[in-house]
This record gives sequence, C-alpha cells and structure tokens, in this order.
Amino acid sequence: MTLQSKPWKWALLAAALSLATGCHHSKPLNTTGANANETASSNLPAPTATLTADPLAIDIGQSLVLNWRTTNATSVVIDGIGPVPVNGTQTVSPSNSTNFHLVAKGDGGSTEANVRVTVRVPKPPSAADENANGSEDKTDEVTFHQNVKDVFFDYDSFDLRPDAQQAALSAARYLAAHPAIKVLIGGYCDDRGSAEYNITLGENRANAARTALISAGVPASRIRVVSYGKERQFCTEENETCWQENRRAQFNIDR
Amino acid sequence: MSFPLAAQFRLSVLTAAALCLPFFPHLNAQDFGVTITKGVPIRIAVADFKPESADPATSGYKHTFDTTLFADLNAAGIFDIVSKGLIPQSSPGNQSEMNLAQWAAPPANAAMVAFGNLSAQNGRLIVNGFLDDAKNTQFPQVFVKQYSEEASDDQARQIAHRFADEIIARLGGGGVGIAETKIYYVKIGGQNKEIWEMDYDGANQHALTHLGTVSLSPRISPDNSRLAFSALGREGFQIKMFSLLLNRMVNFPAAGGTNLSPAWAPNGNQIAFSSSRTGDPEIWTADANGSIARRITSFRGPDVSPVYNPKTGAQIAWISGRTGLPQLYIMDSDGSGVQRMTDGGYATSPSWSPNGQFLAFAWDRKYGPGAPGGQDIYVMEITSKRWIQLTHDIGRCDFPSWSPDGRHIVFANTPDGKAAHTRIMTMLADGTQKRALTGSGADMPNWSWK
Repeated sequence: MTLQSKPWKWALLAAALSLATGCHHSKPLNTTGANANETASSNLPAPTATLTADPLAIDIGQSLVLNWRTTNATSVVIDGIGPVPVNGTQTVSPSNSTNFHLVAKGDGGSTEANVRVTVRVPKPPSAADENANGSEDKTDEVTFHQNVKDVFFDYDSFDLRPDAQQAALSAARYLAAHPAIKVLIGGYCDDRGSAEYNITLGENRANAARTALISAGVPASRIRVVSYGKERQFCTEENETCWQENRRAQFNIDR
Repeated sequence: MSFPLAAQFRLSVLTAAALCLPFFPHLNAQDFGVTITKGVPIRIAVADFKPESADPATSGYKHTFDTTLFADLNAAGIFDIVSKGLIPQSSPGNQSEMNLAQWAAPPANAAMVAFGNLSAQNGRLIVNGFLDDAKNTQFPQVFVKQYSEEASDDQARQIAHRFADEIIARLGGGGVGIAETKIYYVKIGGQNKEIWEMDYDGANQHALTHLGTVSLSPRISPDNSRLAFSALGREGFQIKMFSLLLNRMVNFPAAGGTNLSPAWAPNGNQIAFSSSRTGDPEIWTADANGSIARRITSFRGPDVSPVYNPKTGAQIAWISGRTGLPQLYIMDSDGSGVQRMTDGGYATSPSWSPNGQFLAFAWDRKYGPGAPGGQDIYVMEITSKRWIQLTHDIGRCDFPSWSPDGRHIVFANTPDGKAAHTRIMTMLADGTQKRALTGSGADMPNWSWK
C-alpha cells in the first residue's frame, strides 16, 4: 500500500534536500557575532519562524501542504524532513497524526515553530475482520454495496455532488480495509439525449467517481471504468425519478 | 470570493450569447434551401415492362421490377413523374412498338419515357431498358441498356435500381443515382444491438454482425469495403472493423478508455473517432488500421461524433460538451480553427453534405428539464450558419445521414420517444417526401458513399 512506502520516500527527500541546502553552509559568514547560541547576541535580530499546514486534518491517504516562512535564519530543519530552505512548501502524506517541528537557526539565535496535523484513520469494520479469512463472496457483495454506494449526478453534469464526495470517502475506507477487492465503475446516463454523446458523458461520470476514489487513497490499479451511456438502463419510465436513477456511476466488485 | 467570479462568468456567457444572437436569426425555409432540382423537374412516364417469356415466375419478377423502377424515379426527387393512371394502356417492349406521340400528348404529356421488356429463361433474367425523349420525333432514343442476371426477385429489384440510376445519371444534371446505394444501421433486439444492412429503399434488410453485444454507430468506408463501428466489450466501447469483402470481423487494435463513433475521411485512409484513452473523451484521428493515433482536441468534457467534410477531407464537424450542453463545432482536421456552429440547446449527430456546404444534425433547441422542446433534424449552411428545420412534430429524431447525391437524408425517428420504437425514415433534403424505411427496432442509419 502507498502508506507503507512513505517513510523511505521521506528519507530520500531529506537526503535530496540536504544536498540542495549545502550551499547555505558554505556561504562565507562575514558577520561578527557568529555564535549561534540560544541567547541572542547584542546587536543581531533573532530569527522568526512560522509553520502552517493546509488542511490541518486529513483522512488517511490524503495529502496536505506544509508552508513555512522564516526571517534572519541561516539554517532551517523540520523534524522528519531534514534541512530545508529558509522559506518553502512541502506536500506530505503522513500515515499518522504528526507534530511537525521546525527549528530555524540564525546569527541572532534560534527559534522554533510547530504545527499539529491530525490524520483520521478509519476503524476497519469489525464484521470484515471476523470473516477476513473466510472472504465469502456473498458477504463481500453485501458489505461492498453497503459501503460503496453508487453516486448520482445532476442533469447533463459529470461534477460530483457533495453527497457523492462523502460517499467516495466511505467507499475508500471500505476499500482500504479490503485490499483484495477490485472495483468496476460503470458510467450511466438517462434515456434522453443522443446515444453517442451519452456514452462520453457516462465516461466522464465514471471517471469523476474514479478520481474521487483515487484522491481518497484507492490505488488506480484497483479501479476499472466502463461507460454504458444509455445502453443499459436501470429503469425506463419517462420521469425525473427514473432519469435520476439512471444518471449514476455504479460500483461493482470487478471479478 | 467565489461568488463574484461565478457572477462574472455568468455575465460573460450572457454577453457572448447576446453577441451571437444576430448571427443566428430565425429563418424561414424560403431564406435558404437545399437545392433538390435545378429548374423545372423533368416530366417522365414509366411504362409497365412487357413480359416476353412464358415462365410462370416472370409475372412476379415483372411486378417487382415495375414497382421498384417507379419508386426509384419517384424517390429521386428530380422528376415530375406521370401517374400510372394517365399513361397509355400499352406496354411497348422495344423501340418499334413505341408510339411516342401517344405518350407526348395529353393527358400523359411526358417529356421522357422509360420502357422495355423482361424475360426469364434458363434461370436467367434478361431486361432490355429504353429511355426515349418524347419531344425528339426524329431520333428519340436516349439510350438502351441490356441487363442479364440470375433469375430472382432480388435481382429483378437490383436491375430496376441500376436502370433507374442510369436514367438519373443522364437526366439528373450530372448527379449520380442512388438506387444502388446501401444504408447501414443498428438493429435493436432486446438488450443487444447488431449492425444490419439494407438497400436504400428499405428492401433487403439483413444482419452483418452477430456479436451478441451492443454495437453502435456503423460507418461505411468510402469504397464500401469496410464498416467501422463501436461495440461494448469487457473494457467498454471499442472501435471494431467489419470487412464487407470478407464478410467477417477484421482486427482493429483496442485502446484504453472508451472508443466510439468512428468516421471515415473521404480518402478512406484515415478515421476520426472519440477516445478517452488519456482520461477525458477527445477527438482522435488514426489511419484506417488504427495505428498512428493522435489527439486533435483538448477540451474538458465530452467530445464525440466526428464527421469529415466529404468534399475536402480537410475539416471535421463534431459534438462537444465543453460549455455544458452538447453543441455543434467544426475545426480543421488537425484540430485548429475551432468554430462553434450552434447557439444553444442540445445538438448532436452531425452529418456533412457531399458537396461540403451543409451540416445536417439533430437539435433540441429548447432542451432542459421540463422544457417543451423536441429533438428534430436541422440543416445548417456552414458559411452563413443559417439553418432550416426539416422535421416537425413527428417525435424524437436523430442521426441524420446524407445520401451520396446530396438530395436525401435518412434519419432515426421514434414517434413516442421510446428507444425500442425507433425506426429509420428517409426524406428529401428539403424536408419533403418523408417515409419510413423500416419498422420499429432500427436506429443510427449511415448512408453509403456510393
């Protein structure tokens, strides 16, 4: 899974960043008070530092952006990342709630900044734990559809509604707990309009659902997309209820 | 923050719409028209052919031949055809039996007369067809033609088509006849759809594919050798190729995503189609065996239903949903020079006229939830963007396709809007002479190039 691959990625990143910041250290220091102690020397201003994260809370698998700004600093280090430029941003995807700690050192002393990032880790459904070894097809099917719900679209639209975004998150949680399950997303359209255009519209709908799952942390390799346009209708009545039933991205276990 | 942006966008859309309005005036059919005939239509009489054999099957062939020939000349749209009730009660079998004065006089008043004889012997059907100029008393014969085929009802019909095409070629102002052309279409059978073929007049309907899935959008190659279409498989819709020379499927490479709505370039070496292999459905081109594919559009949203300008091959019309509801666009075939053609509503299924001047397409000008609009067939003159409506109040219409002589348009129609009731209809390109070619369960017609 992606989460397990993170620590070594960070190590690589840290190595790369320390190479990049090497030039800062080699820069000749022509200032007089060169003691970088906790106590600032008399005539040099102390460094300042801010560290923010956006967003402050994520679901597991999502990423966030760290943003830091310092003044009067010659070296800046973030725990877990390593030496970094004096000002910068960094996209990270922590697997646990993390306290990011920044230390900025300059000729006038040193200062610290912190930001706490919360990572929401879903509790795997206990039912799934019980028969994890049994992995009965029927149970899979039932729990799959309980957790991975079809998403519905507005008329002639392939933008995910807010309720669909929520559905994608809970679907992603379920899929994270069932790594063996692959997903088939079918794109569907209502009966109105023209057949060829509706197939491409269905493709856009299925892809919107796919993108939501991927950004919620489901690997792209587990998702297959097929657009059916208006060729496989759920119902055929000519009213808004039925049209809405047909305007959907439908999730199935891909066997 | 987001509200003023949205408002600004909305304003710019409204402004654009307002600016566009003068270019899309409402038009009456008189303002511009698709020329079906040049000048006064030629008055032509068609004699019943004379049976010249005792074979009992002859009368059956004769009936098929006579009705097919009359229907072909009537459908051509360039003749004032003398009704059967006004012609002399004689069946001249050859030139010496022809009394032209009788045909040129009232009530027939024919300018041209088609006649001849038909016989069945030793399993062969032999037809001699004559065309006379009734006003030229000295040298009346325009041409005479002999046809010899295996004796069958189907061949009686085909010979009538060929004779009709010969007459149309001589009298039609240089235009070719269409009586030998074919129409490819989708036959609906329960959950599945197969590709079928029929003669231009609706006769001889038969299946080409037996894939047991949903096959859509048949497009015949300009040389009638191959049929491109798309079919639903495990990986979604993919472009498929059927060889009419081999009467079987031939290989066409599959690609990622949904691939559909192929269209042939007039040189037969290139196809354009919609593909989502890079995520969003875009228009792609490739050579006719599917290699050297390249993308020529990049707009977020559906791009589908391309069709080449059959006159030049240098332009493509297609449908794009990049601003919301699908609209008709044209561009150069390398993707440059994009021009929007429709000013709103829901436009789909373009077909480019053989002379390159017109686009036929399906348009619901008042599309939307609860809107009273209907989907009808329209023809737009490309240079002026002026349009005329060809169908009115006959239910939902879609998938127009031009005949190779540019005088006819075949289209799909469902009187009650139900997909299963879709049938194929034909009409002259000015909207007159509408008639059904099939019963329920036929959709997406595509007229052959010749």
